[in-house]
Amino acid sequence: MAKRIETVELSCFYGKTKAVDDVSIAIEPKSVTAFIGPSGCGKSTFLRALNRMHEVVPGARIEGQVLLDDEDIYAPEIDAAAVRRTIGMVFQRPNPFPTMSIYDNVAAGLRLNGLRRKSELDSAVERSLRSANLWDEVRSRLNKPGAGLSGGQQQRLCIARAIAVEPQVLLMDEPCSALDPISTLAIEDLIFELKDRYTIVIVTHNMQQAARVSDVTAFFTLRGPGEPGYLVEADTTQKIFTNPSEKRTEDYITGRFG
Amino acid sequence: MTADASSAGLRSRGLTARTLPRPVVAGAALAAVAVTFLLFAVTPLQGVADFLVAATVLAILTVTGLTLAVEGRRRAVDRLATSGALIALVLTLLPLGFTLGYTAYRGTKRLTGNFLTHSMAGVGPFSPNGGIYHAIVGTLEQVLIASLIAVPLGLLVAIYVTEYGRNAFGTAIRFLVDVMTGIPSIVAGLFVLAFWVLALHKGFSGFAGSIALAILELPIVVRSAEEMIRLVPAALREASYALGVPKWKTILRIVLPTAATGITTGVMLAIARVTGETAPVLLVVGNNFYINTNPMKGPQASLPLYIFQGAGSSSNLDVDRAWAAALTLILIVVVLYVAARLLTRRNSLRR
Ligand SMILES: Nc1ncnc2c1ncn2[C@@H]1O[C@H](COP(=O)(O)OP(=O)(O)OP(=O)(O)O)[C@@H](O)[C@H]1O
Ligand SMILES: [Mg+2]
Repeated sequence: MAKRIETVELSCFYGKTKAVDDVSIAIEPKSVTAFIGPSGCGKSTFLRALNRMHEVVPGARIEGQVLLDDEDIYAPEIDAAAVRRTIGMVFQRPNPFPTMSIYDNVAAGLRLNGLRRKSELDSAVERSLRSANLWDEVRSRLNKPGAGLSGGQQQRLCIARAIAVEPQVLLMDEPCSALDPISTLAIEDLIFELKDRYTIVIVTHNMQQAARVSDVTAFFTLRGPGEPGYLVEADTTQKIFTNPSEKRTEDYITGRFG
Repeated sequence: MTADASSAGLRSRGLTARTLPRPVVAGAALAAVAVTFLLFAVTPLQGVADFLVAATVLAILTVTGLTLAVEGRRRAVDRLATSGALIALVLTLLPLGFTLGYTAYRGTKRLTGNFLTHSMAGVGPFSPNGGIYHAIVGTLEQVLIASLIAVPLGLLVAIYVTEYGRNAFGTAIRFLVDVMTGIPSIVAGLFVLAFWVLALHKGFSGFAGSIALAILELPIVVRSAEEMIRLVPAALREASYALGVPKWKTILRIVLPTAATGITTGVMLAIARVTGETAPVLLVVGNNFYINTNPMKGPQASLPLYIFQGAGSSSNLDVDRAWAAALTLILIVVVLYVAARLLTRRNSLRR
């Protein structure tokens, strides 16, 4: 069920400016991979290129390949919407649909992709909300607007919405950056549980978080202001945090570098 | 004890200020008005408008001066700006209030059930009878058909321009819509008269009026819908794309519902605008004292035209009927507007 992602010399552009330079990395199924690196080094850009969300930005394009179980997701006959159903995404800022109730938010992906049967929707909504550790908090008010939840609850609602369509890979862009420590812990627990079934990639600025939740850590950086970001190294989290191969990684992790 | 100490500390740092009690401010303003009244009583000054202006200016000067003396510069500027904003508000609402109030006052005289349910068929020049049923039917049909053309078309154009039109064609369309917004209504009427009524030999009809009204309505719908669609945050579109929802479905199920309330308001304003248009219907609908429910064939009546002719008549009976028709026109627009707002309110969730 969980799938493997591999990029081959992937570069990302906004118009003429290159934001990510020549990244080759393999992301193993049923593992958690953390992307770390200084602000502006292209973590979000690279992450969005993995499920073809990058091309939603006007003028944005990529060079190179992204392989999902050896299938090139940028091949001309591939449908971007189908790719995104397989590779789900949670954004940095919670973005529930404001016109929809909690129930409708979670059911949105299924409904918009054609599932109609009430019983199936009901069970999918409950299952997703339980997975996202939100069910107990909202079970009595499923018909209230999703925008009326707290920030942390909204973020878990967005996670529930993303896993409701049963993707095989889940991309998370700083999912905890707006959350308190308790909600953060809830989401980290959640990542731990989801790991059994999904391939997970998480972008984070929090070193402890990367160390806690991830199996593999990839360190990105840029050579200077205005330069594109690149991948310095990717290795098991334990190795990156105790004995990295590159000096730059060590400097960043120990805080000797911006 | 601690409260004393801290407030003393704050006072010594200048964080407290002397304030004028509200009654004092109101009293000062009233005193200024009283002084103006005295001035107008003993000096040759006169006139209601002059009095209002003089009293307002004097009251503002008094209150601002008093504030300056007691509370300091910052509060005085604040009072001055607040007064300015209030006066602007009153000046804006005044014409609206007078128009509505006077129309209601003159219009209610003739506005009866009988008036609303009868046409002008066989009403002699000295008869106080007759009504506007034929004109209501005409206006509703003409505006309905115009909106059936302009609203869907306008929404589609707005969607194209905002969601797909990031190219030269989209820019050209946006420019053309801007140009269309500037078309004077009489020109739209003349165009339909020359093209549809005369060149194509279709003759006067309610439908000809609908075409002219649609031409006027279209750019208003496009502009307002465009603004509203642009206001929908990109994050919502991205959330939908990330669920694997195709673009067209995202627009239909996420973007439009989110913008629905604003779009409805814009559409209603567009409809209200053309409901009162006189020039095009004057040129291409013709006129009719009888009830003609068929918008495709023969001249029809309409409320703006009815008002136009009644207001210009030398008979007081016609003038009274025109006022009643004007009130009816306003009421129709209000009812449409409220209904549309309730409709979208029910569909969108409240917090
Ligand atoms: N929509 C865009 N249009 C043009 N340039 C962009 C756009 N989004 C990002 N960029 C540029 O691409 C580069 C990488 O940005 P990106 O958002 O991927 O960084 P990041 O590593 O996610 O940073 P952060 O940790 O602050 O989120 C930056 O130089 C940024 O200015
Ligand atoms: Mg980012």
